[in-house]
Amino acid sequence: MRKSRIDTNQGHCLGIESTADDFSVGISTFQGGILANVRDTYVPQEGGIHPREAARHHADAAGRVLEESFAESKVKPKDLTTIAFSQGPGLGPCLRTGATVARVLASYLNVPLVGVNHCVAHIEIGKLTTGAEDPITLYVSGGNTIVAALDAGRYRVFGETLDVALGNCLDVFAREAGLRQKPDLPLGAAIEKLAAKGDRLIPLPYCVKGMDISLSGLLTATVNLLKQSKYRLEDLCFSLQEITFSMVTEVTERALAHTEKKEVLLTGGVAANKRLQSMIRTIAEEHDARFCVVPGEFAVDNGAMIAWTGVLAYKCNVTTPVEKSFVKLRWRLEKVEVPWAR
Amino acid sequence: MKSSSLIKKGAEASLYLTQWQERKVVIKKRLPKKYRPRRLDEQIRTYRTIHEPQLIHAAKQAGVPTPLIYLVNVKEATIIMEFIEGKQVKELLNTQSEEDRRRTCTRIGESIGRLHKSGLVHGDLTTSNMILDPEERIVFVDFGLGEKTNELEAKAVDLHLMKRALQSTHYRVAQECFDAVKDGYSSVLGSEEAKEVLGKIEEIERRGRYVAERQT
Repeated sequence: MRKSRIDTNQGHCLGIESTADDFSVGISTFQGGILANVRDTYVPQEGGIHPREAARHHADAAGRVLEESFAESKVKPKDLTTIAFSQGPGLGPCLRTGATVARVLASYLNVPLVGVNHCVAHIEIGKLTTGAEDPITLYVSGGNTIVAALDAGRYRVFGETLDVALGNCLDVFAREAGLRQKPDLPLGAAIEKLAAKGDRLIPLPYCVKGMDISLSGLLTATVNLLKQSKYRLEDLCFSLQEITFSMVTEVTERALAHTEKKEVLLTGGVAANKRLQSMIRTIAEEHDARFCVVPGEFAVDNGAMIAWTGVLAYKCNVTTPVEKSFVKLRWRLEKVEVPWAR
Repeated sequence: MKSSSLIKKGAEASLYLTQWQERKVVIKKRLPKKYRPRRLDEQIRTYRTIHEPQLIHAAKQAGVPTPLIYLVNVKEATIIMEFIEGKQVKELLNTQSEEDRRRTCTRIGESIGRLHKSGLVHGDLTTSNMILDPEERIVFVDFGLGEKTNELEAKAVDLHLMKRALQSTHYRVAQECFDAVKDGYSSVLGSEEAKEVLGKIEEIERRGRYVAERQT
């Protein structure tokens, strides 16, 4: 029989991330040492992520990525204490592929399974890597645009997008402009490069509603301007960045002024953008808060964040029986209790 | 002008309390934001400085208590207005009995109904933007994000924001509070029109990402 008391100092957690176009495996020690973080990204031939194609990629990549993560960490499968996986939110076929791998591993090794909320994981890895303790978080990625802070045991959503996510908005525009995604150059990075060469601010709809934002109208307007070919692509990228980033910065500042937290954490794929970093740093300084940004490797979707959140949950006795390990496509951040956060 | 004291450093503007023409007034100054391009910053601050007093005035005509506006300086992005004594509804809700809370929220709903009936949306309905004054009026402040519109969508987003504010700041009582808001709202707008707006809220929520209700 398994020991009922958890040894909180010894152990390793393997985390599997597969919510969207990345299949990634990370291994974390119980103290938060990240021993491996291996990722394989599905790059579509054309267009955005096709869920079924992405899932097929994940199934192909799983064995390879797992093997590499064991090699990188020098951890043996039998040394694993628990297996964590991204249970949602995300694309169904992709999530199911990751969950299946996790269930197989956990059953074979006879260790508990921990279903992790992907959004919680982005916040937790940000806290781990920057030392932030109780921040206002701006979490911006291809699938999410959320301003959240801890209150009464959960990460409460103060503001979010009412329609399109920030990363998605940039990606869609980039594809409309004919830019192609490369394995080590996400579309957002391509936009950032072009924007750095732009300097003319083209008027675009600025849409802040309370603490929420709306990006769909702005995206349509920018795509329309692109089709008119009146402006340089560099200036369009510049304006798109300046205006969308100003919007998320404004709502983050509102939440910061409202909660009076002393740290601002920037996390998620778009956190890698230098211009966004500089805007958020500015408001943090203005409110005497510490600016924290997650390092690039942990900004994008990654297995390490799932592994680390798995550790936190496991230490609080939060595990997921296999029969309850079905994926949750629309699992909202504020639905998750986080007893480990103070 | 006598010496003034900073009473609130908000995200968007700083509020100073001072004496002006023998009145206790609030100076609302929209300070430049260094993070955004200067032109965009000027556009936003000018727009909001002009529109806020207009909306505050229109709200009064619609029967919703708002502060009196004394002076608007567009160039300085500054508004001088009446200081409202009293308690923020944000603090009030946490101390009130269930019955009083219900009454407060019903009255808030009625005021929102009056605004919407007159083609106004507040744009930032949170409990920190409502003050219960000594005459027991619920005064609405901060119309900086408001607009004049009769669009169903705008009204629904307005109420949706109220619901979200209740959920993030008063999560323990959010449901009963919002139910009372809906009651008050419907009593002013009429059940048919209110139903349309409330239906639209559900549609807006479904549009959002990862809403559980969308699951079949």
